[in-house]
Amino acid sequence: MKVWVPLDAAARALGADEVAEALGREFTVTRNGTRGMIWLEPLVEVERDGVRHGYGPVAPEDAASVAEAIRTGGEHPLALGPVEELPWMKAQTRLTFARVGVIDPLSVAEYEAHGGLAGLRRAIGIGPEKIVEEVTESGLRGRGGAGFPTGIKWKTVAGAKAPRKYIVCNADEGDSGSFADRMLMEGDPLVLIEGMAIAGIATGAVQGYVYIRSEYPDAIRLMEAAIGKARQAGILGQSVLGSDHAYGMEVRVGAGAYVCGEETSLLNSLEGKRGVVRAKPPIPALEGFLGRPTVVNNVISLASVPWILTHGGAEYAKLGIGRSKGTIPIQIAGNVKYGGLFEAAFGMSLRQIIEEIGGGTASGRPVKAAQVGGPLGSYIPHWNFDVPFGYEELATKEGLLGHAGITVFDDTADMLKLARFAMEFCAVESCGKCTPCRIGSIRGVETIDRIAQGDETGIPILTDLCNTMKWGSLCALGGFAPFPVMSALTHFPDDFSGRREPRKEAAE
Amino acid sequence: MTSPATDADFLLRLDEIIAAHKGREGPLLPILHDVQAEWGHVPEEAQPVLAEALGMTRAEVHGVVSFYHDFRDHPHGRHVLRLCRAEACQSMGAEALAEEVRTALGIDWHETTPDGRLTLEPVFCLGLCACAPSAQMGDRLLGRANLAKVQKLVAEAGA
Repeated sequence: MKVWVPLDAAARALGADEVAEALGREFTVTRNGTRGMIWLEPLVEVERDGVRHGYGPVAPEDAASVAEAIRTGGEHPLALGPVEELPWMKAQTRLTFARVGVIDPLSVAEYEAHGGLAGLRRAIGIGPEKIVEEVTESGLRGRGGAGFPTGIKWKTVAGAKAPRKYIVCNADEGDSGSFADRMLMEGDPLVLIEGMAIAGIATGAVQGYVYIRSEYPDAIRLMEAAIGKARQAGILGQSVLGSDHAYGMEVRVGAGAYVCGEETSLLNSLEGKRGVVRAKPPIPALEGFLGRPTVVNNVISLASVPWILTHGGAEYAKLGIGRSKGTIPIQIAGNVKYGGLFEAAFGMSLRQIIEEIGGGTASGRPVKAAQVGGPLGSYIPHWNFDVPFGYEELATKEGLLGHAGITVFDDTADMLKLARFAMEFCAVESCGKCTPCRIGSIRGVETIDRIAQGDETGIPILTDLCNTMKWGSLCALGGFAPFPVMSALTHFPDDFSGRREPRKEAAE
Repeated sequence: MTSPATDADFLLRLDEIIAAHKGREGPLLPILHDVQAEWGHVPEEAQPVLAEALGMTRAEVHGVVSFYHDFRDHPHGRHVLRLCRAEACQSMGAEALAEEVRTALGIDWHETTPDGRLTLEPVFCLGLCACAPSAQMGDRLLGRANLAKVQKLVAEAGA
């Protein structure tokens, strides 16, 4: 009897290791990634007549009774039926995450049996120019937040003349509310390797680096193990899948600096320097790692490429809305009933995502706002939730797609405190290179503290300061920190005025 | 803590770590991670040795060590408990939890218990945002953390 218990960090945080150990005494347990239904973790699966049935959430103390139900096929209160038939799974379009939660992440054989390596094989067959054409046609844009067209970036690097070029994968996923990169690296690391190898062939780069934040030890371990497997299988090495292309890669570990998610500070960090932002131009595509042409792409961007190469860019571009093509792994997080990762074509409304898919708040209270796109993303008030999920569409509400993470807050949230946190976070994480970010964030904290003490003359000063930071900062850290602050202030002015009086919500 | 500066074993081990990474492109961060894994912090005495070996100035090496939150200039407790303070965890009461934990342990952020057993550190996102609030200690992770779960985690870690 085949049994699966996820090894994903979120499942482990909810007791999956203990469950796997208990079930392992009786069954052969495969540790898979998570299906993304975090509220059902640990989600135990068992195969019956070729169909995977689920039980969840299985706490360690439920392991014995679930084991009996698996053995006897009897009823169990945690039984969910066929996993693929669950509404959350059926409503998705899982392209990039197709194998996550399904296969053993470190099995090349299972990876191939579920469609892996088809993209790389086709890429080798059609050659660099056609690969770039396919990626361009797909409309794929940077999934890390900036939304730059991936095909154009690759074309620039492919056209640059240099003795050595690089593919750098930005896996410094520091945005709160985002965990797609982590989930992918833990659940299907081989798809990222395949995507990076395709990028290498397309641009003539022979070396790749995955820069993973140190806060993700599980992802680091699995990525490193997967690279080892890929070498053994001939996916990486002097001859990629027997072709004339050489491609090697390794993992590099960050050191706890949020700003290193910005591509130029990431490159400095990779070179062993302080993670200080570089002024652009020159762009990394021409002068990147060690001054050489470098593709810097996010995990999800690169991991989407194998599907695009397998099925064609045109197929991918059929999905989505406007200039937001394909699918996006939406991460529903924070105070939400059904939190997790939901991959769908661009275009769902925030309301559908938060209320229908996410089921509203975990606390059962009304939703107040959602922060979309991480600590530098705007707080979108609940009355603006009809905005469709897309790069340009969110921008019309002064919002930011960012990493497609959505953090939900209920009506007890104090928007002034959250605005203060945004400034405090910016102050702690500023690389220090430019003044608006380094000093502005500190003045921002001080000004918000003044407002919190009832001094409303601080409000116009805060607004002015945000304007200076927005237009005067060198990178997105100082440039976007004003977005959560100003959105909180604009949409929830009551949280900023009359602070001398005790807050009503706090009294409950 | 005694200074390892003049210890021949210290220099020998440091040389081994440098040699293991020197051929890599951009070797300093991997070296610093190994140094910290070996001694629990980056001893100041290591900095001139690294500078010499990598053709950098001492100021440059110090600049790198001091830039990153991970690298410490003094050892931490035998266990490090990290509580997430980022927005998703805040939405589920991380701030109140942190207050309870600090009171229960009798230490503030970045402090170590008097017996040297435990250091408390904030962390900004563990990627466990759909099961917030979260905590981490060594290899162990906690989702939907509360005071009782954190105390159990700490107790199970032993001395």
